[in-house]
Amino acid sequence: MRAAAVDWRLAAPLGIVYLALFAAPLLLLLGISLHVDQDLQQWGLDNWTKFWGDAFYRGVVWDTLRLGVAAVLATSLFAWPLAVFFCNASPRTQKILIFIILLPLLTSVVIRTFAWIVILAREGLVNQVVLSLGLSATPLRLLQTETGLILALMQIEMPLMLLPLISVMRGLDPNLLDASRALGAGMWRGFFRVILPLSLPGWIAGATLVFASACTAFISQSVIGGARLVYLPSLIWQQAMVVYDWPFAAVCSVTLLLTVLAGIMMLNWLGRYARTD
Amino acid sequence: MAWKLPTPDHLREVATLSQSAQRLTSQQLLLSGIIHSYGTARAVDDVTLEVKAGELVALLGPSGCGKTTLLRIVAGFIRQASGQVVIGDRAVDDLPPNLREVGIVFQNYALFPHMTVAENIAYGLVARGVGKAEQRARVAEMLATVRMEGFADRKPRQLSGGQQQRIALARALAVQPRILLLDEPFAALDKNLRLDMQIEIKRLQRQFGLTAILVTHDQEEAMSIADRIAVMNGGRIEQLGTPVAIYDEPATPFVNSFIGSSNILDGIVEDGAIRLAVGAVLPCNAPNLPQGKPVQVSIRPEQLMLVRDAAPDRFPVTLTLSLPIGGQLIHDVAASNGATLKIATARHPGGTSSLPGIWHCALTPEAKPSIFPVATT
Repeated sequence: MRAAAVDWRLAAPLGIVYLALFAAPLLLLLGISLHVDQDLQQWGLDNWTKFWGDAFYRGVVWDTLRLGVAAVLATSLFAWPLAVFFCNASPRTQKILIFIILLPLLTSVVIRTFAWIVILAREGLVNQVVLSLGLSATPLRLLQTETGLILALMQIEMPLMLLPLISVMRGLDPNLLDASRALGAGMWRGFFRVILPLSLPGWIAGATLVFASACTAFISQSVIGGARLVYLPSLIWQQAMVVYDWPFAAVCSVTLLLTVLAGIMMLNWLGRYARTD
Repeated sequence: MAWKLPTPDHLREVATLSQSAQRLTSQQLLLSGIIHSYGTARAVDDVTLEVKAGELVALLGPSGCGKTTLLRIVAGFIRQASGQVVIGDRAVDDLPPNLREVGIVFQNYALFPHMTVAENIAYGLVARGVGKAEQRARVAEMLATVRMEGFADRKPRQLSGGQQQRIALARALAVQPRILLLDEPFAALDKNLRLDMQIEIKRLQRQFGLTAILVTHDQEEAMSIADRIAVMNGGRIEQLGTPVAIYDEPATPFVNSFIGSSNILDGIVEDGAIRLAVGAVLPCNAPNLPQGKPVQVSIRPEQLMLVRDAAPDRFPVTLTLSLPIGGQLIHDVAASNGATLKIATARHPGGTSSLPGIWHCALTPEAKPSIFPVATT
């Protein structure tokens, strides 16, 4: 009992910092969103009804969440086979692979994003290959499209998916797949019935990270998506820094926070059903 | 262990067992000239082994002797560099593990942790496209076989080690494998349970007439359940034979030292007998070894005895210690040249130790020492 009494006092300094620098600004943000005018004089829900009453803004929310889901699907599609390969590789190959996997994290997001412009541009790497192979007569339009953005996000977010997935899969008993094979199951059955369900906790951790960071990837969204594609982060920037409509920007911010949180909670809920032991 | 009269349940169990036994056709396994290397290290070095239908052969050896590699080659997890694996009358070298119809029980059981016991046992049946009704029937039958009825809906983590092993066995047997492979199956069990499971596996193997290979580093385990033992060392089979033959007539010094304990005495061949360095002449009608050839004589502790009187074929020893171990007395003695020997004699009820002091060491009448020539360089 005495220990418990001491514990909260030890936690208090950080708790106070947290309240002052994290909870208070959030409440402030919520307060600003509940104002009608830009001078923050008059309270009201006008900005909330304006946001949710407009099909354009609802579309922006939908596009943002869809981008997050697409990034999760795209990274999963490549991360799972790569993780399986990693776990079966020799220790030396694993070291090289880990380096390659971590490589994107060693350069800043801004630089990685600009690199993707070079790759995806009209005369970029992808189009040079496509044109020279005769796969298309005209250059593909990849910049300022959702496809191009998802492609770039997939590479940028890949470590976030791979690392938790690999750490869980490394803990799996290698005999499980052998047991599955000896019992007459092919590789696909072994993967879907044994590896996939058992690595789900790692996937959920990775999916949470990728979903949250893809939805809020302001730089990638605005640099690769350009002005044509509008997602919540760039909408917030525009409303706050260009239009100076702070109450409306606050509405966008709170909406982004809550929708991403809802997505993460759904993943967690899924995780409860994926309990493997 | 309490013995019970057979109940109707037991009789029904025996009936289902004999039905299953009829369905299984045991197959022979033939390994010929198997070679496999990891990098430059030869893990399996030209192994040829025939396991007869319904026979249990133990691959016994220290870690790194190639026994597990050999097992994984039979299962198809490793493709051997050269040589052939034949199950029944069919070479399976080009078949992947899932088409070899080989059942395997791992040391850590490798049960699927996210599936129930029933789902684990049914896994191989589902993979083979067996119908739902037959799946259920077979799972129930296998649970009865390993005496685990009522555990169908448990998860593996809710079972003890011995129970997990029974389920692993049931899972492997459910698909009616042509060969059963056991990879150190008792290593993770505590000592009492180990004996129970050895009996259990032997019972199932006999009842189903299974052809089985047991990989182990534990000689007692191999001795107790194997029909024949292949002692492996450095990727080769040093000796293949029945447990008794391997113990009584070890073919090489390695087998001699690996199986059981023995006393090694240096000697020299002299007129068809062997003069020991400790000062005795053993009237062994020694093998065709040239006069003066240095040899090592290996004598099991239970083939020696302590006597009071001196004789040409006895040598003097100093008894330092006698330990009562169960029904035996283990004597620790030192010979005149400093060599220490262990001697095991039957302990008479109430007896604890012999008198320390000078004794003479003699062979028992039925003793059969093993003689190994020493390589002269």
